[in-house]
Amino acid sequence: MSLALPDTFDLADTTVRELNRSLHLAEGGSCTVLNPRGAHSVAAGLTSPIDVTVDGSVGYYCAGMNQQATVHVNGNASTGLAENIMSGTVRVTGNATMSAGATGHGGLVVVEGNAGARCGISMKGVDIVVGGNVGHMSAFMAQAGNLVVLGNAGDDLGDSLYEARLFVRGTVASLGADAVEKEMGPEHLGIVADLLEKADMSDAANPSEFRRYGTARQLYNFHIDDIDAELATGATP
Amino acid sequence: MTDGMMDGMTDRSWQHRESYTFDRHVIAEIRRAANTGIYRIRGFGAKRPLPTLDDLVFLGASMSRYPLEGYREACGTDVIIGAERAERPVRLKIPVTIAGMSFGSLSAQAKEALGRGASVAGTSTTTGDGGMTQEERGHSETLVYQYLPSRYGMNPDDLRKADAIEVVVGQGAKPGGGGMLMGQKITERVGEMRTLPVGIDQRSACRHPDWTGPDDLEIKIQELREITDWQIPIYIKVGAARPFYDTALAVKAGADCVVVDGMQGGTAATQDVFIEHVGIPTIAAIPEAVRALQELDVHRGSVKLIAAGGIRSGADVAKALALGADAVSIGTAALIAIGDNDPGLDDEYRALGSAAGAWEDYQDGTDPAGITTQNPELSARLDPVIGGRRLANYLQVLTLEAQTLARANGKSHVHNLEPEDLAALTVEAAAMAGVPLAGTSWIPGRDGPRN
Ligand SMILES: Cc1cc2nc3c(=O)[nH]c(=O)nc-3n(C[C@H](O)[C@H](O)[C@H](O)COP(=O)(O)O)c2cc1C
Repeated sequence: MSLALPDTFDLADTTVRELNRSLHLAEGGSCTVLNPRGAHSVAAGLTSPIDVTVDGSVGYYCAGMNQQATVHVNGNASTGLAENIMSGTVRVTGNATMSAGATGHGGLVVVEGNAGARCGISMKGVDIVVGGNVGHMSAFMAQAGNLVVLGNAGDDLGDSLYEARLFVRGTVASLGADAVEKEMGPEHLGIVADLLEKADMSDAANPSEFRRYGTARQLYNFHIDDIDAELATGATP
Repeated sequence: MTDGMMDGMTDRSWQHRESYTFDRHVIAEIRRAANTGIYRIRGFGAKRPLPTLDDLVFLGASMSRYPLEGYREACGTDVIIGAERAERPVRLKIPVTIAGMSFGSLSAQAKEALGRGASVAGTSTTTGDGGMTQEERGHSETLVYQYLPSRYGMNPDDLRKADAIEVVVGQGAKPGGGGMLMGQKITERVGEMRTLPVGIDQRSACRHPDWTGPDDLEIKIQELREITDWQIPIYIKVGAARPFYDTALAVKAGADCVVVDGMQGGTAATQDVFIEHVGIPTIAAIPEAVRALQELDVHRGSVKLIAAGGIRSGADVAKALALGADAVSIGTAALIAIGDNDPGLDDEYRALGSAAGAWEDYQDGTDPAGITTQNPELSARLDPVIGGRRLANYLQVLTLEAQTLARANGKSHVHNLEPEDLAALTVEAAAMAGVPLAGTSWIPGRDGPRN
């Protein structure tokens, strides 16, 4: 069952449940959400290519697990913005607190302001562009995808990360375990240029200003000694 | 007499006496550690002696308690989870569910066998740390989708295909630890499902990435309900650490069901030191979880309790229910039912340095029974149809045994079993389970006789 989307939902007199139920049933169109007032789970679990504009700040898990939809927040977002996003685009004009884009598998998350701790934690293919800074433990255990930070990164960036690529224009307070700086090749300049363009931030930064960080792959496997085997083969002097 | 004659006549058996403190397992482990420089990683559950439900007995009927006819009178076994909040509650025919074990840790054939057996028996299976496969969805009538810290393979489409969601906070074998899957088992398919490079030793996150405490979890559960349109129940699984508080906080966070997994609980791979030394036994955990549910007035009501960790028999099922659980969950026993540790494979287990009955190297991927492996030749050995039949038979026996015990105690539903039907064989069991030591009215730590 598909329903036509109303032009506006006013969360002053509509529940999040009613909003999300309508958004889940819609197959296309666009709408504006008014008076979110920090509500949680706004526009969570969308599955179709609809456009949702939220006028105001949202609580936890806005646009969580997004598929195909475009969600634009004119304000700030709290914890878990676009967590586990699969596809589509989620954008906030203000700041995002903890775990923005966490575990995202695909799509694009854009934070025009700063993002707090654990931005891109366990990311699995999503692209994240942050206009300002990211907090500590960002890209912790990040598996795949690209994190582009126009400002600075906090402590322990990319701790225990896998194959995700991290691009930071400013300073990095410290790198986490197994994270190292890597060379910016033409391919990487291209990735940054492309993401800046998708994020509408091409004028704000030049790809050549970014430095790249990734995994040293030293934690991929346990290090296991075997003295007995060495002695048996006579390898030990 | 010469010294030589003394030697011949004297009993020198002390020279063969093993130390209790440094027994042969301890010595072997010290030598292994010295050789490799890495802690021991293994599967299975705790192996050292622990208090178990064997330390409890049912009293049965007597002058003042009327039994039900064992073969004739009805004794209900059904369980409904999530009726209060979910549009589609989980309805189980029997109070035994199959615990979360990932594709990756288990072969596709093993997952299929579990699905087939559980579906015939009328109960649920559970995904694991690595996402949902089409095979297991297809073969499981009721499938619980685990939502874990790693979020490997976490996909909202699968979430919506599930019959329930289990938010995993912890696991009995390793409360406070994350998943582990060794490189041998990270094949192309497993690696792709988890977005991981092939062959790495996967050490999953132990903390959820986007919530940090019970207040956050409450909001997380609201999100999961929103995304699934309030259709399906939500469980919270915890390792048995602080079951009273953990259960109370799970209720507060909005769970429809709390799964408490005791320290005996099996695992696919973890540090031995974790398996043997963290968490409390199932017998001690259930009463504490029940106390929390009772204090919050939801016991046998809107929030169900599933107990796990070392459940082997219908007696264990009935005792867990008598202590107040609504259902139990099995991992290791289900694997044994479909063929794990098969004595017929003893030669092969021995070739791997183990023996049928002692095999614990689930982490290794070399399982001759084809269950805890991703090797295509080994896993092809497990016939999922036969495995499914074996599991269905086993689940039937657990249910029949639990019914037998319930009827003997005069109960027309297994949920009518109660602590009053039990006595403890040891002082420790009496204290932990909160039932009197057999032949006395003494419950250590509580004042006065019961009632
Ligand atoms: C092979 C294997 C894999 C497991 N994988 C998971 C998992 O992915 N997630 C989880 O929460 N628990 C996992 N467990 C633990 C079980 O869900 C369950 O808690 C435990 O097996 C119950 O104890 P029992 O084995 O004594 O029945 C696994 C257990 C085994 C034996």
